[in-house]
Amino acid sequence: MSDHNYVPSSKLGKWFNDRLPLLSLSAHLREYPTPKNLNYWWTFGGILTFCLLGQIITGIVLAMHYVAQADLAFESVEHIMRDVNYGWLIRYFHANGSSMFFLAVYIHIFRSLYYGSYKSPREVIWIIGMIIYFLMMMTAFMGYVLPWGQMSFWAATVITNLFSAVPLIGESITNWLWGGFAVDSPTLTRFYALHYLFPFLILGLVILHIWALHVPGNNNPVGIEVKKPSKDTVPFHPYIVIKDLFALLVFLTLFAFFVFYAPNLLGHADNYIEANPLVTPTHIVPEWYLLPFYAILRSIPDKLLGVIAMFASIFVLVILPWLDTSKIRSALFRPLYRQFYWLLVLDVLVLGYMGALPPEGIYLLIARVATAYYFIHFLVILPVLGFKEKTIPLPLSISEPVLNESIDGAQNNKMST
Amino acid sequence: MKFYFKIIFILFILFAFNNQRIEAGEKNKELLKVDWSFKGIFGKFDRASLQRGYQVYSEVCASCHSMKLLSYRNLAEKGGPEFSKEQAKAIASNFELTDGPNSDGEMFTRSAKLSDKFVEPYQNIEEAKASNGGSYPPDMSVLVKARSGGANYIYSVLLGYDNPPSDVTIADGVYYNTYMIGNKIMMPNPLSEGLVEYNDGTKATKEQMAKDVVTFLAWAAEPHLEARHKIGFKAIIYLIILSILAYFSMKRLWSRVEPEV
Repeated sequence: MSDHNYVPSSKLGKWFNDRLPLLSLSAHLREYPTPKNLNYWWTFGGILTFCLLGQIITGIVLAMHYVAQADLAFESVEHIMRDVNYGWLIRYFHANGSSMFFLAVYIHIFRSLYYGSYKSPREVIWIIGMIIYFLMMMTAFMGYVLPWGQMSFWAATVITNLFSAVPLIGESITNWLWGGFAVDSPTLTRFYALHYLFPFLILGLVILHIWALHVPGNNNPVGIEVKKPSKDTVPFHPYIVIKDLFALLVFLTLFAFFVFYAPNLLGHADNYIEANPLVTPTHIVPEWYLLPFYAILRSIPDKLLGVIAMFASIFVLVILPWLDTSKIRSALFRPLYRQFYWLLVLDVLVLGYMGALPPEGIYLLIARVATAYYFIHFLVILPVLGFKEKTIPLPLSISEPVLNESIDGAQNNKMST
Repeated sequence: MKFYFKIIFILFILFAFNNQRIEAGEKNKELLKVDWSFKGIFGKFDRASLQRGYQVYSEVCASCHSMKLLSYRNLAEKGGPEFSKEQAKAIASNFELTDGPNSDGEMFTRSAKLSDKFVEPYQNIEEAKASNGGSYPPDMSVLVKARSGGANYIYSVLLGYDNPPSDVTIADGVYYNTYMIGNKIMMPNPLSEGLVEYNDGTKATKEQMAKDVVTFLAWAAEPHLEARHKIGFKAIIYLIILSILAYFSMKRLWSRVEPEV
């Protein structure tokens, strides 16, 4: 942060700012030099901030009416839906908000993968981001348990049972997680407590994420370092603010469509049946945003190895800055990486679909191939590619018109702007 | 790059389509489809159908199926069957429930009021099971949302009773249903021609009764659906207009940045 020279105009402002430089901070945020060539894929940071705050605010209101007790939880959710003023709106916002949050976070992550935003000097931003993502998944999973429907109960049972795969102490761990010998009221209550806690941890990490971002500044589609401030940058306010706002409004329109016209489309019908430990649903599936990991888990025949593979699939992302050996950030200048990137996107989509299907026959085979490819992409292709790939020469600056239309990446860039 | 997008998109659609086919394959037959009045952006419940549906529910279903999440006052609320308050009161007063204890410490029986939840047909799940050959008639408050296929599924099951094919043997107390998963259902065929007598003179065909009662159940599962559709329309129009304004503000602001990127 390079705005220590900021001086408030009023005397009171100066007095206050000398004691707590909030005004300097706000000046920094306004003037923060941002590359002017950011495309719309860069607006998802702002959208995600909105999603987090939206979830926290609606979540607090829901918490005022929800009862985290196995006999009462299901009915208390229905009480919110029926008798609380606009309770249906708040709950549908919250329930669909998690899907929207994950949609945005996946776009945000894949944007980073495409433009190499995780590379030096932004590794710490990336790692904090991955921790946020992991916490998001835990939070979403625990939130899914709270309505105490059939899917809630059985998802909780399946996921907590994973820990029983740990040798020797597995059973003790699951009993400790459950607070008993099966998923029951104590499990629900602790999940509720953690579901309330984690979003605030995420909020803290988001602040660190943004702080870490403001040290080197934004990456950009060209992926070269820009001089800040310079003619390659614009101040965050008003240029980026208005652009983020526009993108957010478009995103909110999609969000509103789900909330008002298809509020249960992304959910599972079984979750409107109250939890019953004696009846197992025919297919136990997690929410769509966890399906790729579920597919990886099930594609390994051994339970313990499956769990390890699932966690490893996130861990390879954490160490990605060191797996990718290429110094070139943006895929626009890496013709081979660009192809492997889209293969990875396809691979993750396939994994997602396989996660929703029963693990048998051809589906299991496809899931296994996709799982193998996922790890090969990160552990073999990326390290090798950095040495083998012939990259396209980089322009000297954003303003210099080295990018010409013959690079199809540039067209893509245009298309999305 | 557009090319890749296309390939991925096409593959994705193919998978999705395939996926749906598999899911449909598990069920036995394509569900019967009804053009429900409550579907779509402006979807509203058909008031008369809701009232008839309540009649079917109370005369046919309610002897076995509870609706414990609904209160009698809901029957008079906006967006529902919209019985008058007096009608709803009269409906409630037909039911008796145990209340108390009173100041003498005694439990007593009284007739239901608007604020009471729908009186359940059985004291507890065990009694419900004992009276129904060991299977529990599910609570119908959110039934439409609790079944994939929703309203069409319930409608199809209600009309799906048939004689079992010759190669299927059916035990006593189990019935064959074309649309039920596994084709076996413990509930005997609840509907027959002219089973109820509608006050408004509508002919009580099986299809009519099924349609009415499913409309009623759809409302019961989603009592604020009409408000949701109405607010949603306004919210989306508002967001679209605001997006357009934001877009032009953005264009104007960014026109200062040279050259435009």
